[in-house]
Amino acid sequence: MHVYLDYNATTPVDPAVLAAMTPYFADNFGNASSIHSTGQRARSAVDTARESVATLLGAKSSEIVFTSGGTEADNLAIFGIAGSVEPAPGMSRKHIITTAIEHHAVLNACQEMERRGADVTYIPVNAQGIIDPEDVRRALRPETVLITVMHANNELGTIQPIEEIAQIAKDADVYFHCDAVQSAGKLPIDVNRLGVDLLSISAHKIYGPKGAGALYVRSGTPIEPQFQGGHHERDRRPGTENVPGIVGLGKAAELAREHLAEDTESVAALRDRFEQSLLDRIPSARVNGDRRRRVPNTANLMFGAAGGEALVIALDLQGIECSTGAACSAGAVEPSHVLTAIGLSDDDARSCLRFSLGRPTTRGEIDRAIAVIPGVVERLRALSPHSTSVAPAR
Amino acid sequence: MPANAVAVAMSGGVDSSTVAALLRERGQTIVGLTMQLWNQRRLPQLQGDAPVQHRCCSLDDVYDARRVAEHLAIPFYVVNFEREFEQTVVRPFVDDYLHGRTPIPCTLCNNHVKFDQLLVTARQIGAERIATGHYARVRRNSGTGRYELLRAVDDTKDQSYFLFGLTQEQLARTEFPLGELTKQEVRAIARRLAVPVAQKPESQEICFVPTGNYVRFIEGYLKEQGSSLPEEDGEIVTTSGDVIGRHNGLHHYTVGQRRGLGLATGRPVYVVALDRAKNRLVVGEDDELRRSVCEVRNINWIPYAVPHGTVEAAVRIRNRHEPAPADITPLDSSTARVSFRESQRAITPGQAAVFYDGERVLGGGWIAG
Repeated sequence: MHVYLDYNATTPVDPAVLAAMTPYFADNFGNASSIHSTGQRARSAVDTARESVATLLGAKSSEIVFTSGGTEADNLAIFGIAGSVEPAPGMSRKHIITTAIEHHAVLNACQEMERRGADVTYIPVNAQGIIDPEDVRRALRPETVLITVMHANNELGTIQPIEEIAQIAKDADVYFHCDAVQSAGKLPIDVNRLGVDLLSISAHKIYGPKGAGALYVRSGTPIEPQFQGGHHERDRRPGTENVPGIVGLGKAAELAREHLAEDTESVAALRDRFEQSLLDRIPSARVNGDRRRRVPNTANLMFGAAGGEALVIALDLQGIECSTGAACSAGAVEPSHVLTAIGLSDDDARSCLRFSLGRPTTRGEIDRAIAVIPGVVERLRALSPHSTSVAPAR
Repeated sequence: MPANAVAVAMSGGVDSSTVAALLRERGQTIVGLTMQLWNQRRLPQLQGDAPVQHRCCSLDDVYDARRVAEHLAIPFYVVNFEREFEQTVVRPFVDDYLHGRTPIPCTLCNNHVKFDQLLVTARQIGAERIATGHYARVRRNSGTGRYELLRAVDDTKDQSYFLFGLTQEQLARTEFPLGELTKQEVRAIARRLAVPVAQKPESQEICFVPTGNYVRFIEGYLKEQGSSLPEEDGEIVTTSGDVIGRHNGLHHYTVGQRRGLGLATGRPVYVVALDRAKNRLVVGEDDELRRSVCEVRNINWIPYAVPHGTVEAAVRIRNRHEPAPADITPLDSSTARVSFRESQRAITPGQAAVFYDGERVLGGGWIAG
């Protein structure tokens, strides 16, 4: 039995999404910018998808900019705002506020802004992985042009107090971007209730295709396009529209809205059962993050004295698929910046695994995982480094 | 995985790829592991014009190993030992150089990474043994119950010199399928099994210094660590103590070196010793390079825990050196004095001395100095 528990890395394309996309590869292959009928059919499909995404987010269609995915949406938000907002009078530098646990799409974009001469404040998180909105308020400066804070963390699943931060941003008249790639489909999202000016989502995290995403840009928010080209997406993102991808994102958004209630309820029940069973069976296992304020599908566990990398491999060989922290950092030497930000030592951070459930996850799969994981962890601990005889020193 | 599963250390090269293909053909359950040991993006200025491909740990090598694993339809993973490699191989390598010794990183890597960390990981994921592409043989002596290390059948490919540090526990869990084969046979098997990298050239340089320019690597590494080479120039002296020139830092030299001394003596002179205490480079003529005795430390004995009394053996003092007859007198369980029948040229501190009895490796250690 093969058990996939890495839905935060990516999800399978829902059959209904695939069915919606299929006609737009060969039959309705038109360029959405063309005047003729073939082009118009593509345009119509893109418009429908835009409405669907707007509905999921509680936004207007005109506020949705399609991108190649979450990374591009985050980059467009950060560089797009930084490039279009003038520094305050008398201030030569621009200032951005973000958190220590953002996805690399945001973190590395902020670091690039620093290389380009901006100042960036990285707000720390508490041991549960949540920031204090007051820290954001204290970090504000006259030259602050953007606050960017993720909705749900990809590794821990913990949820940030977006509404409170939005109020602080509004009071200070600073644009506020939210990376909602990991919360879309898992939490209700309403851009007006949250109070954000910009918000990123990705199709492949919500049973849509890879290579499609969107940035919500509140009406009146200036945004500098990051590519040069045509007048697509109301001059905010040039490039011929990825029609099948956009159609897939639209269908996935529609399904996310329909399934949200049942997804969150049944997935949370399975996740809690999974997590509690492992805590009961594995001595000294621990949950990372905030067990109340988090998305329903994510369980991040620390196993101590067992290397996460070997654990992921050993579990994969037993048919259980999970990950060490973010998939993007897999294979990297550095322990997860999220886990060190919540105060774990490097070694502890290296012993953590992320399990993320999805809509297709069954009770049988969870039972299988619960049956396999404790034995694998025990074996790893028994054989943890230097239990074999050590070669002679120099 | 079945209890007899074997983890194959796959580098992306012909040899380890062929091991994987051979074991697969024999019906063995295998899992391929590639070690990520060094980030080639570090110190990019040191890559020079040498193509980064076909070097240990380059992305291309990981790619090649992965393609071989896909071709063989075996499970495959990249395991990251960059931290361990830096601690147990790269830093000691730099340290040795700074102390005037000539290090052998491959042996350190075998002792501390490949047959230690990798073996631990292999066992953790359910494989009790590892197989590598080394040319050497392991045999269990039914009389003593101990595992013995033997030279490869193909003497031109023999790598036993780099494996002398393997413990009984490590040898018991290791397979060297190529040790029984010649290079030609390995190439033929690779072609027959359609191993995707059958035509790939061999790399000769130390994996993390693909240009072969150690001094530049060490300079770059120290700079990255926020320090620098101690640029202490000093005197070049003859064995009788006459000052005949100046050197620009002892780490630029190795025992036996002839070129690059900048001396006009009329006769060929060689580096005889690096005198760290006085920061002097000692040079002499060819016959002054020859010594008959050296001390060897941190010895790992293989067929026995420690020999009873003096052992007669053929001793190899560097890779490709023809083992020379010597008497090995243990001073304690891990130190011995090696007395060669005939004096040997350029016995170099930091290199390994490996003791052979015919095809058997009796043990080995590090030349003191």
